[in-house]
Amino acid sequence: MNLRRLLGFNLLTAVVLGVVGFYVGWWLGHLVKAPSLDYFGDTGQNDIALFVAYFTGVVGFLVGLGFANYPLQRMIGKPPSLREKEQAGIGRYFGLCTDHKVVGLQYLIGIGAFIFIGGLNAMLIRFELLRPTHLAWNGNNYLTLVGLHGTMMMGMMTSGILGPFANYFVPLMIGTRRMAFPRIEALTFWLLMAAGTILMTALAFGGFPTGWTGYAPLSEQSNMGMDAYIAFFALVGLSMTLLGLNMLVTVITMRAPGLTWSRLPIFVWGTVTTSVLMLLAAPVLISTLFMLSLDRTAQTGFFNVQAGGSPYLYENLFWIFGHPEVYILALPGMGIVLELLPVFARKPLWGYRLAVTGMLGITLLSFLVWQHHLFVSGINGDLRPFYMLSTELISLPTGFIFVCALGTLWAGRIRLTVPMLFALAWIFNFLVGGLSGVFLSDVPSDVTTHGSFFSMAHFHYTIMGGLLFAFFGAAYYWIPKMTGFDLNERLGKVHFWVMFLAFNSTFGPLLVIGFLGMPRRAVTYAGYLQGANDWVSVSAFVLGASMLVFLVNLVWTQVFVRAPAAANPWGSKSIEFQLPSPVPVHDFDRIPTFGPDPYPYGSVDGTRPVVVPARPTT
Amino acid sequence: MWSSRGHGQRIGALTLIGTAIVMPLVVFVLGPHMPPGKGTPVASSQVTDNTVLLVVMTPFTVFILVYLGYALTVFRAAKGEGLVDGAPVRGHFMAQLVWLVTTTAAVLFLAIFGTTELLADNGAGGGGGPDPVAKPGGSVLPVQVIGQQWEFTYRYPTYGGVETATLVLPAGRQIAFHVTSLDAIHSFWAYELGVKADANPGVDNVAYVRTKNPSTFQIRCAELCGLWHGYMSDTGRVVSQADFATWIAARKKQFAPVMKYLPKYAPSYAPDPTFRAG
Repeated sequence: MNLRRLLGFNLLTAVVLGVVGFYVGWWLGHLVKAPSLDYFGDTGQNDIALFVAYFTGVVGFLVGLGFANYPLQRMIGKPPSLREKEQAGIGRYFGLCTDHKVVGLQYLIGIGAFIFIGGLNAMLIRFELLRPTHLAWNGNNYLTLVGLHGTMMMGMMTSGILGPFANYFVPLMIGTRRMAFPRIEALTFWLLMAAGTILMTALAFGGFPTGWTGYAPLSEQSNMGMDAYIAFFALVGLSMTLLGLNMLVTVITMRAPGLTWSRLPIFVWGTVTTSVLMLLAAPVLISTLFMLSLDRTAQTGFFNVQAGGSPYLYENLFWIFGHPEVYILALPGMGIVLELLPVFARKPLWGYRLAVTGMLGITLLSFLVWQHHLFVSGINGDLRPFYMLSTELISLPTGFIFVCALGTLWAGRIRLTVPMLFALAWIFNFLVGGLSGVFLSDVPSDVTTHGSFFSMAHFHYTIMGGLLFAFFGAAYYWIPKMTGFDLNERLGKVHFWVMFLAFNSTFGPLLVIGFLGMPRRAVTYAGYLQGANDWVSVSAFVLGASMLVFLVNLVWTQVFVRAPAAANPWGSKSIEFQLPSPVPVHDFDRIPTFGPDPYPYGSVDGTRPVVVPARPTT
Repeated sequence: MWSSRGHGQRIGALTLIGTAIVMPLVVFVLGPHMPPGKGTPVASSQVTDNTVLLVVMTPFTVFILVYLGYALTVFRAAKGEGLVDGAPVRGHFMAQLVWLVTTTAAVLFLAIFGTTELLADNGAGGGGGPDPVAKPGGSVLPVQVIGQQWEFTYRYPTYGGVETATLVLPAGRQIAFHVTSLDAIHSFWAYELGVKADANPGVDNVAYVRTKNPSTFQIRCAELCGLWHGYMSDTGRVVSQADFATWIAARKKQFAPVMKYLPKYAPSYAPDPTFRAG
């Protein structure tokens, strides 16, 4: 190992500069403001210092990765370098790389790690709920676990599919070799890594009690762990905004000649609609959190009733972001499922235009439903029928996606491969998620279900049963293409069946437990619910164990077995499978040509995309 | 192989049969067990509401599950079969139209039904803000619910504004809960009454319910409010009107010495949400 290679702009330098930056900021913050004095004496709480420290830490981290090089070089008149793109070898995965395929793989591992941590938190939560009274965690630690789990998952899963798979495959699918803004593409990933680390530091500052919603005024009372939540979500919001912008610009401006909107693979449509939501919703989150941080540091009163503010303002702003956010989590899964079904049913996508209409309809309607989270809050009581209507209307475009998925199976030649199993499970899980959502959209019914385990089980059915199942479908479908090494199919099937059964055995009973009156985020519950809760906890542990099966499969096949993957193991007619595995560094040397139909199954073979792989680079 | 029309007819028939079997189970077996029980008229109509939702969902659910099951049995690739493509069917106008019309009809029905239920039940037990659009007629007993970290207390303005730590309601009376908070957001959830209303600092959130027979009901905080949120629960009682009169008279007597220290009854109190209680 050449030690000199460790010097320079890479992850190691970034971590060092990030830590140094954090402590410089900590010191600067204490220059500005000494620790506060409150009723209980000097608590050492200094939110300003922590915010400044997070800011300088992130700046140091990004500088260490080399994000300042390009703008600085241009400022002093040096020509820009695309060296990041030209590199080959393992080193480029540990630093700023503008190759969309490298960023895709970085996302897969980086986000995967944080999602794994979020999953571990869920295991600890379920452990506490084995007993109706206190078992392992005190109130503060329990709420911190709940908050870390929810916040980590909601933050990281937003890019759970767009990060790894859209970054890797959307440029290929539209016939271009890069994203519109490759450095911004890399930035979105490294911002998320900085954000995830910051959220973990909440543990060092006493945790935070608010869950992922961060409702004021509870978040204004909270200790400094809340600042980690704010910094995390603001960075995630920034990453989402940039990711959405980059994807939109790429798809709008960089499609290959002849690749009209109606010829795009449906996954690209899923990405475009998600990107629209990201671009429009995430800035609201950043602004809201900025207001919250001002309330906490500068004693403004946006959300403080005594100072003329209103907690309703926070709830409104949060859900104006928060409801599009849940469709940011749903749409990529729909794109993946509709992308996989044609391949494994050997059929063209049934009702392509209807599916696109469905995605666009969801995009539009998702901005008009947010007050259904506030049905019993006492705000706008007269508008409840409107939000009930708009919420129920959103099941129409969602129904389009369902009918297109079902239609694609019609008279197909279905092969139950591992990706197909996950796609089919998506249909079942999202059906349960959608139907349980109807109870929450109906105001009289919502009076019972709001804030109960029912609503928690509902959004786990749509996010975990929807997005995460689609994620694994995409992973089994595309990882051999991304890495060049096959995954084990038998382990994949074990993973699927254990995950599918344990998932339903976990969250199905939770719907009932919610109906029986168990509120969310409560560390104690009524004694007669213990049997059901124990069942759920054990199922949840099995569900967690199924993730280990995937992890073993991944490490075993990709690190030890390394069986070379075929170029087109699934017989797919999508362009990425006309390229070798893994895709060459330069993708293709000439712009590929596309046929009129992205899913030419059952048609003459000549209409699949024609692409010449790039010559190998040294 | 079977014709396309044959597949459709079989799926349609199976859906009809499945619905015919499941629907009575949903209405007569599952329906009566839907939450939150029949403790009050509002709760009963929530049970009805939940049952109606189930009834509307049932045919769609049965269809999708029957279709999935049928497709996975009949439309499977044969074992050892090479990569054979299915027929390039790209859509079916009538199928799409029928789907669109039925789902739209179901959604509009649910929205209209939900709205009528909401208005008929004076807000269906949910918090409707300081001035709900649908108000019950006749005499109403106002009861203030004050959420604070981490308990609920209750004030009876018609009985001199006496404040108690337990909630006792007279049977057969129309109650108006005035829910407010002194610090963070809480949510007053009286499960068996079918009532849930957020307690916001500085807000008077009103929820109506008519009590029935003497009984007990569970009260839990349903909005994350900090450290002891999980322990913020209580049991309320509905008692006969005579018992209530005795009980409230006793409370007035008991708390008479402290009444002069209590703030005068108000729709909401100057909250201090930034005060750190723990």
